[in-house]
Amino acid sequence: MYDIAIIGGGPAGLTAAIYARRASKKCVVLEATACGGQILNTNKITNYPALASVSGPELAQNMEQQVADLGAEIEFDKVTAISHIDGGFEVIGEDEKYSARSVIIATGTTPRKLGLEREDELIGRGISYCATCDGAFYKDKAVAVYGGGYSAVYSALYLADIASKVYFIHHHDKLRAAGDAVDSLRNNTKIQMLLGEEIGKLLGGNRLTGVEFADGRKVDIDGLFVSIGREPKCDFCSELATDGEGFIVADEDCETSVPGIFVAGDIRTKALRQIVTATADGAAAAEAAIKYLR
Amino acid sequence: MKIIEGTSENFETEVIKSTKPVLVDFNATWCPPCRALHPTLEELAEESDDYKIVTVDVDAEEPLAGAYGVSSIPCLVFFRDGEEYDRRIGLQPKKRLMKILGVK
Repeated sequence: MYDIAIIGGGPAGLTAAIYARRASKKCVVLEATACGGQILNTNKITNYPALASVSGPELAQNMEQQVADLGAEIEFDKVTAISHIDGGFEVIGEDEKYSARSVIIATGTTPRKLGLEREDELIGRGISYCATCDGAFYKDKAVAVYGGGYSAVYSALYLADIASKVYFIHHHDKLRAAGDAVDSLRNNTKIQMLLGEEIGKLLGGNRLTGVEFADGRKVDIDGLFVSIGREPKCDFCSELATDGEGFIVADEDCETSVPGIFVAGDIRTKALRQIVTATADGAAAAEAAIKYLR
Repeated sequence: MKIIEGTSENFETEVIKSTKPVLVDFNATWCPPCRALHPTLEELAEESDDYKIVTVDVDAEEPLAGAYGVSSIPCLVFFRDGEEYDRRIGLQPKKRLMKILGVK
């Protein structure tokens, strides 16, 4: 039986593992895809102290190596449920089961989806949630960005350098973003603003070919970049208290409503979601778990 | 077996006419998750001869990527008897890839 099972191998989970191992706790990190989480999609990180500029994958690899060197086990398995057993918890993955006296949940967030029919099957076939990841596939093609915040604005500006045409679609008449970036958006001749428009339908067969608005008008596009924020990622957290959006409720001590289960990183209710606040949580959650195990 | 570099010239022989299942990894040098996935694919290639691993650089092989409708990478397309039987986008754990390739 592990002392601590850490679910999620991003900066929060990996930091928790570092603190757990330094306190000689037997621990396992359960990661569904690859260690690093969101930072794997970030080419350049310039706000992590002592590293003036570092690539996300490099930072992730260093963290993973440090965790492995300290003797934590890292298993690539997708957790589907947590149940209570004598003396702790059973964490159930797609491949195996892991019993642990305590659990730290650090599963982060995923891009929010539109919630439209056929959206899932068109991912990677015209629908994307990351302009810097997939923009290069739309050279000289027509694309649209859907959203109204800063990330939508920056996505549109990024895509305007690649695509032949960028429609900026937002369901409100006003953007949430403001300032210089929005001025650049409005002044860019490749970008056409379509405000006050709700996407009602995704068009196309095997690939996205366009979108249809609520009133039936259509726009032909090869790519749709959805940029409407991120949401917490946890299918096995129903037992825990969450806020209206699904973030797990916990203070800085990272204690959830269930004794023995702790939460760290972006999935916790908090004001600022950054790599440094995730790593800070990892330390706090590990410390809380260690205290709980005494 | 080593990873095979897939091109429009060898795709027919290496993938479509292959008698073993083939995992085709569409990737690019500028894609961080693709780089993160690569060591896993190398391990898989080294471990067994029951399947083939082929990588395709989408920048060098644009028509090939286009023909398979790739617009998000890493994109892993699985072929058996010349037909696509599964497709995964984004990073995948090794065990899942083994399962799809039919490795016990």
